[in-house]
Amino acid sequence: MQPTSHAFKANVRDALDDDTLQRALGNMKTGFIGKRAAAVARLPEFEALRDQGMAIKNHTLENLDFYLETFERNVTNAGGHVHWARTAEEARQIILGICRTVDAKTVTKGKSMISEEIALNEFLEEQGLVPVETDLGEYIIQLRHEAPSHIIAPAIHLLKGQVEEVFRATHTDLPADRPLGEVHELTDEARSVLRQRFLEADVGITGANFLIAETGSTVIVTNEGNGDLTQTLPKIHIVLASLEKVVPTLEDATSILRLLARSATGQEFSTYTTFSTGPRRPGDPDGPGEFHVVLLDNGRTAMLGTEFQDMLRCIRCSACLNHCPVYQSVGGHAYGWVYPGPMGSVLTPSLLGVEEAGNLPNASTFCGKCESVCPMRIPLPRMMRHWREREYEQGLSPAPFRAGLKLWAFFAKRPKLYRLGANLAARLLGRMGRATGRFKRLPLAQGWTGGRDLPAPEGKSFMQQWQQRRRETA
Amino acid sequence: MDARSQILDSIRKSLKRGPLGEAAAAGPAGRIAAHAKGLIPARTTVLDAQGLSALFVRMAEEVQATVTRVAAPADVPGAVADYLTNHNLPADLTMAPDPTLDAYPWDARPLLRIRRGRAEDLDPVSVTGAFAAIAETGTLMLTSGNDRPTTLNLMPDTHIVVLRADQVVGPYETAWDRLRAEQSGNAMPRTVNFITGPSRTGDIEQRIQLGAHGPRRLHIVLVDGPAVTTA
Repeated sequence: MQPTSHAFKANVRDALDDDTLQRALGNMKTGFIGKRAAAVARLPEFEALRDQGMAIKNHTLENLDFYLETFERNVTNAGGHVHWARTAEEARQIILGICRTVDAKTVTKGKSMISEEIALNEFLEEQGLVPVETDLGEYIIQLRHEAPSHIIAPAIHLLKGQVEEVFRATHTDLPADRPLGEVHELTDEARSVLRQRFLEADVGITGANFLIAETGSTVIVTNEGNGDLTQTLPKIHIVLASLEKVVPTLEDATSILRLLARSATGQEFSTYTTFSTGPRRPGDPDGPGEFHVVLLDNGRTAMLGTEFQDMLRCIRCSACLNHCPVYQSVGGHAYGWVYPGPMGSVLTPSLLGVEEAGNLPNASTFCGKCESVCPMRIPLPRMMRHWREREYEQGLSPAPFRAGLKLWAFFAKRPKLYRLGANLAARLLGRMGRATGRFKRLPLAQGWTGGRDLPAPEGKSFMQQWQQRRRETA
Repeated sequence: MDARSQILDSIRKSLKRGPLGEAAAAGPAGRIAAHAKGLIPARTTVLDAQGLSALFVRMAEEVQATVTRVAAPADVPGAVADYLTNHNLPADLTMAPDPTLDAYPWDARPLLRIRRGRAEDLDPVSVTGAFAAIAETGTLMLTSGNDRPTTLNLMPDTHIVVLRADQVVGPYETAWDRLRAEQSGNAMPRTVNFITGPSRTGDIEQRIQLGAHGPRRLHIVLVDGPAVTTA
């Protein structure tokens, strides 16, 4: 998809004015956040598991070349094939080439963010193939020609009436009197339509939550079972994965799996966790005849060794999105590309460039909630600050902002002057606002007062109060 | 330069080093060879065999699986037949050709119509064994093989799993140990399915619905008592 991250501010205004979106986003607090908290409370070892997960990923990244070569060797030993892709275009061509070997028409797909990243569906359609998303949420947004607005709940921005609408518009065999007003009716309708697609598919494409170097296995985690039907029924299974998904052993993947579902949906474990190793074996009654893994770089190896390396620990659980006050207010589409929320605000500039996505790392209150819930302890706020610095250094931030920052820096470097100014301002504003305790309007502060009142200070600056208290307690 | 070499080069350049020498590679290679276990939650490590079975049942039921416990292998066909009758389900079973399932006297229930083989579309009920069951989260572990088709775990509306009590382990790691002991060398089965409850989705308005694509019902028949051996 064409990124619109540069238009973030306009996207946000649209999102805030969209009543349907706001109602749909309202479901999030009662859902993901509460369930995660309950699951974490039930596992006393959760914090220690976070430390361990972080250590596993850090170790793997430091030895990434070794583990990828080991993974490749073991995939090959199991009868599979590994393909290396530097760019999105290389990955698309590799996949097309594999599809062509069996004259594929229908290609079923398990949910994959990498597939979104390389815009695979549009490409396959241009080439005359029929890609069919099979995760319910992903299927709905494919029918609506939309991007996912959430990593694990791609259609979280929609209400059931909108789903009914698009099913009635696209499922042409559907009798007009079939009731579709309830969520279970919509789920059943999708099940029966997609079951036929699973059966007619020539190729199945899934993502991967993990790649296991030790065994050459790929791992997918789903609740619907769509990924399993995608990879079991067609002649060919293609796994599309970015290369930082590799971990050393089955035990390492298991340790991180204890964090994944709890952080994502608040489940103890997702319904289906599937380890796949190579194609159908001699005598097997089912399973794919060929097994291919496409390893995508697309800018990731360049993140290694930089201040953004920690981002490569991300397991795409969505906890940072779910807990982000900005995401909760504007949803995922406002971020303008594939990855929304705090993780997107860090990853998108890395993959698309800060020129396109410089607005995203500014879309943070720095409340720190994202880092506090991240199972891999990724320092998301710190990395957003790094992006802000780079944006400033490259002269990409707007002129008034830069002038204001320069003015502030002048005083900040002269503490006595700064304190004098702060004391005066606190006293002045305190006196002016004494009557109501707040300002509806204030010169130079329209950015704040345009949306809400500014509370009046009590008359003393922070430093003055600090020193006063120290004297009192001394 | 080909993509593979360039990606590996790019990794090494970013990490400011060349390919790992023999000494440096000994670390990660040793890690794989040792495949050491990480932190295992105390939830299961404090339990005996009976406690593990009880925890498994509780956790499985929490995620909407249903469980019947029977005392002996001879009780299994009856438990399956009763489950189907109670849920008004057809008595047409597609059963894995798995010889461990031959240990149960299916002939005692002549009304059960049994076909052995992989699943086809619209098969209503499947019966399989399992490799292990993980008490920690109520999870079944099923492995593929010549007599264990994966489609049986996924396609029918109802999946019935016959499990022996000695197959219930505490954490996933114990199941990996058992799998490694059983497989020669490093050979993983083609597919290892960890299944925790019936298929579900919350993709529309975050409301959980069972039976998204896989089975709507997951029923477990847990055979207590001594292990069953097949001749």
